[in-house]
Amino acid sequence: MAETAALRKTALNATHRTHKAKMVDFGGWDMPVEYSGLVAEHMAVRTGVGLFDVSHMGDIQLRGPGSLAAVQRLCMNDAAKLAVGQAHYSAMLYEDGTFVDDVIVHKLSDNDCLIVINAGTRNKDVAWVRKQVGHMPQVHISDYSDYYTQLAIQGPKAQATLQKLTDVDLSRIKNYWFTWGKVCGLHNVMIARTGYTGEDGFEIYIPSDEPTSERVWAEVLDAGAEFDIVPCGLGARNTLRLESAMALYGHEISETINVYEANLGRFAKLDKGVDFVGSAALREIEANGGPKRKLVGLEMIERGIGRDGYPVCTVSGERIGHITSGSPAPFLKKNIAMAYVPVQYAGVDEVIAVEIRGQLVKARVVPLPFYKRPTKIA
Amino acid sequence: MSYPANYKYTKEHEWISLDGTTGTVGITDYAQNSLGDIVFVELPKVGDTLEAGKIFGSVESVKAVSDLYSPASGTVTAVNEELKDAPERVNADANNTWMLKLEIKNTAELDALLSADQYEKFVSEETGH
Repeated sequence: MAETAALRKTALNATHRTHKAKMVDFGGWDMPVEYSGLVAEHMAVRTGVGLFDVSHMGDIQLRGPGSLAAVQRLCMNDAAKLAVGQAHYSAMLYEDGTFVDDVIVHKLSDNDCLIVINAGTRNKDVAWVRKQVGHMPQVHISDYSDYYTQLAIQGPKAQATLQKLTDVDLSRIKNYWFTWGKVCGLHNVMIARTGYTGEDGFEIYIPSDEPTSERVWAEVLDAGAEFDIVPCGLGARNTLRLESAMALYGHEISETINVYEANLGRFAKLDKGVDFVGSAALREIEANGGPKRKLVGLEMIERGIGRDGYPVCTVSGERIGHITSGSPAPFLKKNIAMAYVPVQYAGVDEVIAVEIRGQLVKARVVPLPFYKRPTKIA
Repeated sequence: MSYPANYKYTKEHEWISLDGTTGTVGITDYAQNSLGDIVFVELPKVGDTLEAGKIFGSVESVKAVSDLYSPASGTVTAVNEELKDAPERVNADANNTWMLKLEIKNTAELDALLSADQYEKFVSEETGH
């Protein structure tokens, strides 16, 4: 089906424009790329708190006694291990073990799962889910993508900010768990301790009508004012997830990259007792000695910034791979990148080069993630 | 955003001011704002020859890299070394943060560049508002 050329907008589009955000076309969505400035926003999330509109993300709900079986067939992680109120990182794969999309699966009840999917892959994902599990018994598939405004409140001060607006005791929600409660006077808001920044934080799912979305957005900013909260754009979201080495669809993962290449094998549960789409291919890749190339972290040694798509070479100039995401890292204050290289070059401390506009600039393979947040004491 | 009336502008968003046959070159307020946080400015060396309309360096922000195009032909007589350690100065004050000085061969070349008014109009057409 042909899609219209018009950019899609979230319920907060007018708010973003009123507040002078710089807007960009992100996968067909008119989204804020930055507000006060990418670096300031990035630092706010690492040291205080930031607020993101991530309503462009999609939401697919599987409901009915067959929903768990459907998720187990669709996604590589073992959803049988999830308790009600728990979520985990997972992915939907093609038969060859490459990615349809990476997802977060939330177990809402014994008969109910919510799969949060990426914006750019929404239509493809929904069609894929219907094709793969639509015929399975006792499962009903709903695309609720447009029903929610999804806000991400991220940073060490996220809990203190959101706590002012809810009667739920947020300290009791563990990482990658969620609950429902009153937020800004709205009942039954889903509050998840999840995010895409490598920082502590929450994602809340509120009704997507404009007045409600605008009111909650403003109330979160008010609540965070004492912590110098800033509204953040997708620019900071990208550098934050890159420092934390989280995959972005179309970059580190895609329909031409398999699970093992992307270092995501730990989320592929081949022993979960049910075959999932792609599991046979993953077994075969394992049996044949694993992947031939791997995702690595690079830190530039010489002056230069490796960016998305730049060739990666041996120090003598032979092209061996490419950068999937690269940028200056605002918190680490280094130039970092993720790249695919043949496994023989993937060892930590291997020195390779990035071809930056015709010049070879040296880089070192470093462990991932580049950034890990300090672990909480107590 | 402001564009000094005594400067000339390129459609690639550089400005040049002229003092005798010495041109001083920087990027416009619009350019710094579009790029966002600037982290790296790559400039030629003193003595290098530049050609009008050709790439002479690059400026990188956190999110993008952008080539720099020379507004005129000539020889580089000075580069702003301060930008090596403090590239963010371009964000703070693009109109007064110069990148290089140039001994211009033929100052008549500058007649082909945009005036401040023309540049402002060009930018508003390019951005659609």
